[in-house]
Amino acid sequence: MLAAIGADSIDALFADVPEGVRLGRPIDLPAGRPEQEVYRYLRDLAALNVSAEDEVSFLGAGMYDHYVPAIVDSILARSEFLTPYTPYQPEVSQGTLQLMFEYQTAISELTGLPVSNATLYEAPSAVASAGWLAYQKNRRKRFLVSRGLHPHSREALAATSAGWGTAIEEIPLADGVTDADALSEAVSDDVCAVFLQYPNFLGAVEDLEALVPPARAGGATLIVQCDAIPLGILRPPGEFGVDIAVGEGQPLGNRLDYGGPSFGFFAAREEYLRRMPGRIAGETTDVDGRRGFVLTLQTREQHIRREKATHNITTAQTLNALAGIVHLSWLGREGLVELGELLLQRTAYARAALSAIEGVEPLHSQPVVREFAVALDADVAAVIERCAADGVNPGYPLARDYPEYENGLLVALTEQRSRADIDRLASTLQAAVREAVPA
Amino acid sequence: MITETAQQRDRARTIFEKSQRGRRAFVAPKADVPHEEGLLPERFRRSEPARLPEIAEPEIVRHYNRLSKRNFDLDTGFYPLGSCTMKHNPKLHERVAALPGNARLHPLQHPRRAQGALRLMWELQSALAEIAGLPHVSLQPSAGSQGELAGVLLTRAYHEDRGEHRTKVITPDTAHGTNPATVTMAGLQVVKVGTDDRGGVDIEDLKEKAGDDVACLMLTNPNTLGLFDTRIEEIERIVHGAGATLYYDGANLNAVMGRTRPGDMGFDIVHYNLHKTFTQPHGGGGPGAGPIAVSHRIEPFLPRPQVVRRESGDGARPEFDLDYDRPKSIGRLRGFQGNYGVFVRSYAYILSLGADGLQEASETAVLNANYLMARLAETAGEHVPAAYERTCMHEFVLTGGPMKRALGIRTLDVAKRLLDYGFHPPTVYFPLLVDEALLIEPTETETRETLDAFAEAIGEILAEAAEDPESARNAPYTTPVRRLDEAGAAKRPVVRQPLGA
Repeated sequence: MLAAIGADSIDALFADVPEGVRLGRPIDLPAGRPEQEVYRYLRDLAALNVSAEDEVSFLGAGMYDHYVPAIVDSILARSEFLTPYTPYQPEVSQGTLQLMFEYQTAISELTGLPVSNATLYEAPSAVASAGWLAYQKNRRKRFLVSRGLHPHSREALAATSAGWGTAIEEIPLADGVTDADALSEAVSDDVCAVFLQYPNFLGAVEDLEALVPPARAGGATLIVQCDAIPLGILRPPGEFGVDIAVGEGQPLGNRLDYGGPSFGFFAAREEYLRRMPGRIAGETTDVDGRRGFVLTLQTREQHIRREKATHNITTAQTLNALAGIVHLSWLGREGLVELGELLLQRTAYARAALSAIEGVEPLHSQPVVREFAVALDADVAAVIERCAADGVNPGYPLARDYPEYENGLLVALTEQRSRADIDRLASTLQAAVREAVPA
Repeated sequence: MITETAQQRDRARTIFEKSQRGRRAFVAPKADVPHEEGLLPERFRRSEPARLPEIAEPEIVRHYNRLSKRNFDLDTGFYPLGSCTMKHNPKLHERVAALPGNARLHPLQHPRRAQGALRLMWELQSALAEIAGLPHVSLQPSAGSQGELAGVLLTRAYHEDRGEHRTKVITPDTAHGTNPATVTMAGLQVVKVGTDDRGGVDIEDLKEKAGDDVACLMLTNPNTLGLFDTRIEEIERIVHGAGATLYYDGANLNAVMGRTRPGDMGFDIVHYNLHKTFTQPHGGGGPGAGPIAVSHRIEPFLPRPQVVRRESGDGARPEFDLDYDRPKSIGRLRGFQGNYGVFVRSYAYILSLGADGLQEASETAVLNANYLMARLAETAGEHVPAAYERTCMHEFVLTGGPMKRALGIRTLDVAKRLLDYGFHPPTVYFPLLVDEALLIEPTETETRETLDAFAEAIGEILAEAAEDPESARNAPYTTPVRRLDEAGAAKRPVVRQPLGA
């Protein structure tokens, strides 16, 4: 091959690398290893983790241990979905493009909004992207953010907007939900966007009917982060007049994977379509009149518009979106409702069971669907350790994100947590709280 | 791809169109708690269920399997998409990523009970730091574009911390579109720098633009022309001399592993595309991951949390933890700890190849690219010559300008005709400054036979077109659909399936 090139050595191919910047030594890493050894090493590392396979886990707070049906693994393993790149050549990418179109349809249905893109990376960066879209549209300088918005979303918005000259103001919670009076007071015609979460981080179903009118009073863009699974039974944000709905796609057919990869969904009112970030699949026909799908509205995007693009994102989380649409098809129209009802009932049961424990109080009294918060009359870290020793993970401690709930605990349910599991949580937590030194 | 009959071809039906009321796959777990009424006020309730498909499992499987066969994929054929590094995805990676200890690990599990994951991340950080020659790594960014955003925000934070308000970022006119788009998103202004006649940064132009209002130069080296900028040391002196930082777009890192490192070239910030250099199935666009590495002076600003290793005092095993206490941090750009599933695969790759293998991967990538460029000069050099007559790195650019003038066909036509030959086309019409560009990246995992076949296919397509240009202009002929009306799609967007009751 070197002869065909006309070079006398591999070194000659690197002659353009100036002497002064050459590494001049081997990379300081171990030598390569055979497949079976790499497998064993990584298997042993994975075995050091306590996963939802190993304990009865009530962790949620944005990612949930739903059952991922086997059909998802089977379809995602197909190389035709697994190994192509972005569908730049639509003639040989109809599989990818059509699944995007189907996914967009499903997200539109869930959110009650007419247009969806083909995903962003995940929820918090999708929230920040929605903020960017709002800022591009109205150039106003104030973001109003509910304290019930996921802390990671609030942080991602703050980090991403550092150079925009915008300011973020938090709207406090009252009994677990966004304080409508405080929101009304803060709203004026210089607000760029208002951010809410539905249900919010503490599991409470926000009263969008009451919050949307004040939020939109000053002409701000209203952005709501949603949990997709409860949307099976909750009135969708689009019906309340929300402008943009975003959310975490992990609960839709994606594994926990210690936090990623997953996808962020992004749906909006029609007027945002030509400014939306991310890939969008659209329907069209080919030269023979056959139905087909393409990436559309690409003049929004960085590879065409460069510094004038509406966003810098290049790719969709297509494989994760595929998991989402397969899972939603498997659940189906009735199944998603049944799942939502099951979670509603079990969550109410769990909330009552835990609140009956001495030293455990509900943190708020709002309606919840799949997650709720309690306050412990004990050191929450110690309680969690004690429960872990019994093979139960009781939930997520709120203290880091909410110092005002120093001994708060966020407890999440999925269909994988049965009544027996909930009873076990209650008895384990009871023992742990009793033992722990009162805070 | 399957053979589709004319009848089947016309019926690209969506899963929603296959839905029949009452069909289903899901069996809900039994209601095992006492039923309680009124848990959710009626005004919070959906009036109608979301109109999701109603379909049984066999039909879901068949629907998506058939859809899959309308895709071209890397596991089936050559995919020389320039700038995307479509190298083989070893199957071991899927197996280790799917281990329950990884796949079912909750991101908020207490670090004490996620030691395997944190150790893997820490070891991956260390390996990436060594490969790039920069000491500190954050794995957090979700993809290259988010890594770039992190990098520009880091630069901004660094200058602000020093009390300097620098508002401009220089990007070459050959840059990936993400570079200028990222600058705008970070709230800074783009300044373009030109390209000299050897394909490198125009040094005189750079000198003129590198003023004290410049925060950063974003550079890809080798650049998007597949050329190593031989004047990188001079560029480094100019940029640092102006008090700006130097940002390395790691999209083309696959060219240089073990040969040179961004840190050695003087870069302050680098992003990696784990899905490119460290092989990740591209999944039809994603997922990927875009970790960043930085020099000591940028380190205080890295995103949080950061994975750290704490030595235990008593000689016991070190502990791995997440460090949130980073007062100068730019914060977080996304949720949780990043795309861990991607980290597992890329670390499996690094362990498998090792120091020697990574270097060999880059060397073979460069060898394959130069070989294919030489072969194409033989089979197609008259009509699609190399844009720059130089040794290339892992990819190279041809120009279809002479072809357009002599044969009356365009690069797009060649790309479409390649589909009939069973190849995925290269990246086309990028970089923008090359007329009728074809950006070709064969990667190290292709055989000489494949490269030969590709070069011959291009030659045949041009010979065919010399006889009858319509053969290329009307291509493709054998694909599930033929050329699609993209203008119509954009003019009257249909982005969802209309549904009945």
